[in-house]
Formats: sequence, C-alpha cells, structure tokens
Amino acid sequence: MSGRALDALRGLSRIRPWEPLLWLLAFAAPAALPSHALMINEIAVFALFAISLDLILGFTGIVSLGHAAFFGMGAYAAALFAKWVLPDPLSGLLFAMAVCSVLGAVCSLSILRGTDLTRLMVTLGVALILLELANQMSWLTGGADGLQGVVMAPLLGRFEFGLSGMTAAYYSLCVTLTLFVVLRRLVYSPFGATLMAVRDNRLRAMAIGIPVSARLASVYTIAAVVAGAAGALLAQTTGFASLDVFDFHRSADVMLLLVIGGTGWLYGGVVGAVVFKIMHALLSAVTPQYWTFWIGLFLVVLVMTGRERLIRPWTWWRRSRP
Amino acid sequence: MLTILFDGVAYGMLLFVLAVGLAVTMGLMNFINLAHGAFAMAGGYLTVVLMQRMDVAFLWCLPLAFLFSASLGALLERTLYRPMYAKPHLDQVLFSIGLTFMAVAGTDYFLGSTQQIIQLPDWLRGRTEIGSGDWILGMGHYRLFIIGVCAALTVALQYALAKTRFGSRLRASVDDQRVAAGLGIHVNRVFLTTFAVGSGLAGLGGALGAEVLGLDPSFPLKFMIYFLIVVAVGGTSSITGPLLAALLLGIADVAGKYYIPKLGAFIVYSLMILILVWRPQGLFVRVGAK
Repeated sequence: MSGRALDALRGLSRIRPWEPLLWLLAFAAPAALPSHALMINEIAVFALFAISLDLILGFTGIVSLGHAAFFGMGAYAAALFAKWVLPDPLSGLLFAMAVCSVLGAVCSLSILRGTDLTRLMVTLGVALILLELANQMSWLTGGADGLQGVVMAPLLGRFEFGLSGMTAAYYSLCVTLTLFVVLRRLVYSPFGATLMAVRDNRLRAMAIGIPVSARLASVYTIAAVVAGAAGALLAQTTGFASLDVFDFHRSADVMLLLVIGGTGWLYGGVVGAVVFKIMHALLSAVTPQYWTFWIGLFLVVLVMTGRERLIRPWTWWRRSRP
Repeated sequence: MLTILFDGVAYGMLLFVLAVGLAVTMGLMNFINLAHGAFAMAGGYLTVVLMQRMDVAFLWCLPLAFLFSASLGALLERTLYRPMYAKPHLDQVLFSIGLTFMAVAGTDYFLGSTQQIIQLPDWLRGRTEIGSGDWILGMGHYRLFIIGVCAALTVALQYALAKTRFGSRLRASVDDQRVAAGLGIHVNRVFLTTFAVGSGLAGLGGALGAEVLGLDPSFPLKFMIYFLIVVAVGGTSSITGPLLAALLLGIADVAGKYYIPKLGAFIVYSLMILILVWRPQGLFVRVGAK
C-alpha cells in the first residue's frame, strides 16, 4: 500500500485531542457532582448500550428494534448469577457477557438474510419472546414483580456499593471505557473497514471477497456481548432486574439516543446518552405522564429536518442540498 | 374445537382488514410504517366518542370511522409522509415510532387511559350454537358480523385490485414505480389514494375490533407487532398473502391462548421467527416480483 493511503487510513484512527479530555471529564463528574452519581452511572450504562447498537446499526447497517433482548439477558444473567452463584461483580459481568455471546451467536443466524423489514421483525420477535419467557418463568426470575434480593459483594473485595452510588458510577465508567477502547480499536481495524464495506454495498463487498455472512454474524455477536455488559452493569449497580429491561421502549429509546448523538462514530452513544438523560430528567419533571409525547414530537421533527444536522450546528442555517 | 376455529377466523379476518392497508403501502412505497396502528386507534376512538357522547347508531359509526381515518391518513400522507419515502429505513422507523408515541400520549391526555367499552346493539349480542358434543360450533353474532363485513371487504378489494383501472395502475406502480410514472400514471396520486384507503380500512378495523381486541391508548404499540407479522409473513406483493397470514395468525393465536394459555404469545412469535428465517421474503411471494 502506498504511503499516502496508509497515512490517510491511520489518520482516521488517530486519537483526537478532545478524546482524553472527554473521558477525564467523565471520570471527574462523579467527584464533582456527588449528588448526581446515580444519574452518571445510568448515563454510563446507556452510553455503553448505545455504543453496542452503533456497532451494528451505524457501522454495519443492521436495523434492529430488539436490541433490548441482549440488554435484558445480560441484566438477568448478572442478577441471577449474583443471587445464586457468586456475588462478585466482575465474575458476574463476565458470566453475563458469556451468556450474551451465546445468545448473540444464535440470534445472528436470523439476521443474515432478508430485507430490513424481516430484520426488524426478527429482532423485535426475539426481544418479545425473551420478555414472555422472563414473565412466565417466575420461579426463576420473579415474573412481573422483578428479581429481588440481589446483593452484590464489594468490588474487588474493597469498594462497597453504597447508597451514594459513587462506587457504582466509577465501576460503570471503568467498564464502559474499557469496552469502548476495545471497540474503537476494532472498528478502525481492517475488520471494521470490511464492516463498513458491507454496510455501504453488500454486493460489491461480496465481490471483492469479504465473507459477508461471517462478518455480520461476528459483529452481531460482539454487539450482543457489549449490550449484555451494559445490562449486567445496570442490574449490578441497582441490585434489581425487572421485565422492563426487555421492553420495546428500551429498544426504541436506545435507538433514539444513538440517533441524537449520530450514528457511525462511537461517540454518538456517549453524546446521546448524556443529552437523552438530561432531556428525560427535564421533561419528566414538567410532564411526568406525557413525556413520551414530547419524545415522539422530537423524533418526528428530528427526522423531518434531517438527523445529520443535529450534531452539526454549523449546518443549521445552511440550505439543505437536494 | 370448531368454536375456536371460528373465533380464530373472525380474529384473523379482523387482523387482515387492520393490516391490509399496511401491506399495500409497504409494498407500494417500500415504507416501513410503524404508526399504522394509530389510524386504527383513531377509528376505534371515533366510534367510542360518537356512540357515548352523541348517541350515533353503531352501524353509522363504521363508515364514519372509515372516512375519519381515511382523511386523517390523506392529510398526514400529503404533509408528513411524502418526504419520508426517499429516506433510509432507519429514518422511516424513527419517524413512525415518533408518530406512534405522540398518538399514544395524546390519546391518553385527551381521552384518558382507561379501556373503552362499546355498547353493541341488541341484535349483535346473541350467540347461536349448531351441533353437539365435541363438534359443537358456537357462533357469537358479533363475530359472524365481523366475518361477513371483512369477507365482503376482501372480495371488494380483490375486485378493485384485479379488475378496475385504478387497480391496474396500482399494480403497475408496485411493480415498477419509475416505469409506471413513465407511462403517464400519476404515481403520487395513486400513493395518496392508496394510503388514505389503507388508513380508512385500519380505522374501520379499529371500530369493528374495539369490542374484540380492547381499546386503550397503548393499542398502536400492542398490535404493531401483529400487523407487522401479517405483512412480513404474508409478503407485500398480493392481498391473498396477507389474508392467509392473518387467518393463520388469528387461528394460531386464539388456539394457543385457549389450549396453552401460558405459552400463547410465545408460540406466535417463535413461529414468526422460524417462518422468516426459513423464507425471509414472506411465505407467499410471487416469483419474479421485486
């Protein structure tokens, strides 16, 4: 490969100056705002969840309406592991990720063929089936009451999960950062380049020798693992898992927050999670019951004006190109 | 046994009327419209409001529900939906989810979140039983009425699609939009009419089904998956596909809920996934259609 092309490719993956700054800010946030530590924890969890969706939606172009399936599976796996096997958070996290990798690998078989509509239906169906299962197997999951009595051991044997949420926030931030770094490395690798080729034109990608099905299956499994990790974090830090984790609203919300932040650059999930959580807090303070109306209106306006514009304020006053 | 089959057929016919508009618009414009249930809900709520507050007879409410949803559909198609056709599927999904959320919260705000009940006229409330023993067939009069109305609509739709000039224009536009436009067919107008009729049918289905399916503000979200199953399994290239898929779904759902109430929904979703993995384009696809 010629030197210039190589440089251009490397330039994409170079760490921008604002990136370490952003993470420093994120890690300073719980210490600066101790009363909001629980909210920061939730933001970190949702950011991780949205990043996993970005991997399949933004980088590979698989439209999924059932990503909550993996989130919920991770949450229940971690909570059950803590309750029945071992209360240690890190092994619980690894267990949940392992469970989700199996589930993701099985489910990836269903999204290889068909149109966007087929994929929407299949992903939605998987989430609904899991919701139904969790509801029916109440001897294991507690059914509609949720899984209660999950007590976590101190993190690394030292840090207690207290009521203040400080440990929870730092735990989630660390896991999110670790997985983020791994994924960042992944999407800028040759593997990531083939994913984007599949997204842009599947036929041509196949013609230049990219094993499309294998790529789709592996990226779907990876995204499932990351979503499972996010679910496990939520269950571990709140000590609770309920049917709500499989809900359709979860899948729709994560898609919304990813779209707010912009798809296809990994940070979209982070930006989106921050904006979405703040918006949620503000709106539900104003209208607790009807805030979905404003979310809906926001979605419609967002799509009508073009969602690319939201994250690029400098294009707001320019006329759109036809 | 036969009674369950009968109820399943009634349920399936109802689902067909609710979803056929979605099937045609999806096949026509390749537009994923998750907000279809909102039009059905509009028809259902119009019936409830008319009957409870203005004492309009039930039979009059049905055409009014059709007209109301159809004009709502036409209005939204012209203003909001048309710019969406050219956008990627992700945008369409987000847009229609947004509309659904707005419809759900708006209905909740104006009409309350309780389940609405429709007082049927007396002549629709009875029940006739034929045969005895295991093979007893109990037919609720209202379900018989539903089957009658839906069958008439199906025949009318099939006739309109197969025999009229508008039907052939519509089929031409579904098969190849650009060539159809080149032949002088006003594709936009065909879209508008089809969308309005589809929404109107959904409204009619919502009015008919309010008693059977239950009507509350979460209706569009609860039944979205059912409509989509009908379309995804039935395919979008004809109306016989969705009809068979709707009947299959209706019978499977009623039978599943009766025999194994714990796993009813589970069976329907698993069947859908298996069918879609086996035939991703739907069960009944014309060979050579795009």
